[in-house]
Amino acid sequence: MTAAPLLQVEGLTTLFRTGRGEVAAVEDVSFALAAGEVLGIVGESGSGKSVTALSVMGLLPEPPARIGAGRIRFEGRDLLAMPARERRALRGAAMGMVFQEPMTSLNPVFTVGDQIVETIRTHDRLPLSAARDRAVATLARVGIPSPARRMQDYPHQLSGGMRQRVMIAIALACAPRLLLADEPTTALDVTIQAQLLDLMRDLQTERGMGIVLITHNMGVIAEFADRVLVMYAGRVAEEAPVEALFDAPRHPYTVGLIGATPTLEGTGGALVTIPGTLPRLGDGLPGCGFAPRCLRATAACRAAPPPMVEVAPGHRVACLHWDRPTPGEARAPRVPA
Amino acid sequence: MTALLALEAVEKHFPVVEGVLRPRVVGHVRAVDGVSLALNPGETLGLVGESGCGKSTVGRLALRLLAPTGGRVVLDGTDLAALAPAELRRLRQRMQIVFQDPMAALNPRMTVEEIILEPLHVQGRRDRQALRDRAAELMERVGLSPEHLRRHPHEFSGGQRQRIGIARALAPGPRLIVCDEAVSALDVSVQAQIVNLLAELQREFGLAYLFIGHDLAVVKHVSDRIAVMYLGQIVEIATKAELFARTLHPYTRALVAAIPVAHPRLRRPRARLTGDVPSAMAPPPGCRFHPRCPHAEARCSAEAPALRPVLPGHAVACHFAERFLPSPPRPNP
Repeated sequence: MTAAPLLQVEGLTTLFRTGRGEVAAVEDVSFALAAGEVLGIVGESGSGKSVTALSVMGLLPEPPARIGAGRIRFEGRDLLAMPARERRALRGAAMGMVFQEPMTSLNPVFTVGDQIVETIRTHDRLPLSAARDRAVATLARVGIPSPARRMQDYPHQLSGGMRQRVMIAIALACAPRLLLADEPTTALDVTIQAQLLDLMRDLQTERGMGIVLITHNMGVIAEFADRVLVMYAGRVAEEAPVEALFDAPRHPYTVGLIGATPTLEGTGGALVTIPGTLPRLGDGLPGCGFAPRCLRATAACRAAPPPMVEVAPGHRVACLHWDRPTPGEARAPRVPA
Repeated sequence: MTALLALEAVEKHFPVVEGVLRPRVVGHVRAVDGVSLALNPGETLGLVGESGCGKSTVGRLALRLLAPTGGRVVLDGTDLAALAPAELRRLRQRMQIVFQDPMAALNPRMTVEEIILEPLHVQGRRDRQALRDRAAELMERVGLSPEHLRRHPHEFSGGQRQRIGIARALAPGPRLIVCDEAVSALDVSVQAQIVNLLAELQREFGLAYLFIGHDLAVVKHVSDRIAVMYLGQIVEIATKAELFARTLHPYTRALVAAIPVAHPRLRRPRARLTGDVPSAMAPPPGCRFHPRCPHAEARCSAEAPALRPVLPGHAVACHFAERFLPSPPRPNP
């Protein structure tokens, strides 16, 4: 890519103050996102994927959180170096965010219309009537029936899927160039999830937004992402174009994650499993965070975090043994033609 | 019939009460409305549907944690409604449940040993050493260390807590376990471990599972037969292979089409369901799915389709199920 990326994160480390001292929830995370691209960040509980998004948005309460190291650039501008006022002007306007739980993200005592109009008028000096018109148009665009009437509804009057559409409408009302979506469909039924993923895909094509989609669901990644960042225990385990990731996953954690996901195409039989349990924040392992669950792990893995190696163009892996699958571990998943 | 568990036209209508000073019933939520199911010994029957379809209520009715407002629940030939409380307690040794959220289902003040043995205490077992051995054996069987019997639930991870919930369910030696979204709250890598554990235990103890879930891919993985629920009713039921070879109900087809693909190369534009699930307080007349059904005709809003066998071992509640047969049904050998 020759043009400057829309979003560039370099060496991001986010720390939290806890009873056991400061622990890193995110450590040395780097990635870039081009305009019009969908980057999927996938991981399980405690992988640091949400903290990464909140760090980019500047939405973590400080303290207890603190950006310990790294740089975040949006359209070339260093977000961490800019005054809070400038950053606030970007947030909600050029950078939008959708959260997992629309019921806790929407204010229960204001109507849907109030909340969209508030966002619009915070960023664009529009007369109230023009802001209302834009709010109705945005609600219509995200597929809410009779949008003018729904403007007067309170969040509790809407279904879960409709609330999440309102969240997307709020995020889109100021035509952001970057959208961060943190588990946007996790709380929803699959038929509603499918509707919303289609909607986000259409909006992205229409507006050329860059999207960072955070999920724990490999199916959502397969369905939606162009490129994927796999995170484990606060670090990037693997980064690859989506087809390369499913065709030839190189990190043993990625291999396990794909194999452990039941699919409709699957044949039954025992699922591939990853032994052991997820690490807890602040386990403070000196080496690779996955080593305790990894069949490939050697003394070198436990000594220091493995460096990122580029194994193919755009395909990076943080594993010393990326080319040495161990017998007994997950096999590469079936590849449909 | 040799069914282990049979639900016969079971109904559960919850009254909706309005008013504080003079409360009155203004309607009923028809959570379960005429569900018939039979579960054979050693079999896994998957029960799948979206939020509010009544699948969890069916699980609770099966164990008589809820009393049905209509119909019968029969376990091993015994009508549960006819039993005195003490008899019901005895029969419950044969049927247990594993819940979705183990943190909410396990008493935080009890040790793991107390939790696992509680079903046996309820049965009146008091032989301490034998009970202790049983607890240790169960811990080991679900992949936990017997040394951790004195710990409390908060000292375990989510997956380990679900193993404790399974050990508790196994304790009285049941023949049937209702798994109510038992793996839904777990991270994928841990979910796979629990799915495999449930399969091992089934083989070892000849358990029957009523496996309730919203994730069709998971339900497909574990089940022998699958029943699909929509708004309190079963719309389609078939063996797993049959259901996926010939998906006949438009709702099941939509559910299948909504599952994310397994590989990015399988992406394709798909027909999506529009709208939301209607309220179970005022379900649509006729076929409950007709307002969202792309194939609905006049008859669908007038006449409720009965669940009827369309192929051997495959029943569908749709007037036009035959239209979705991919080719003329082949005679079964």
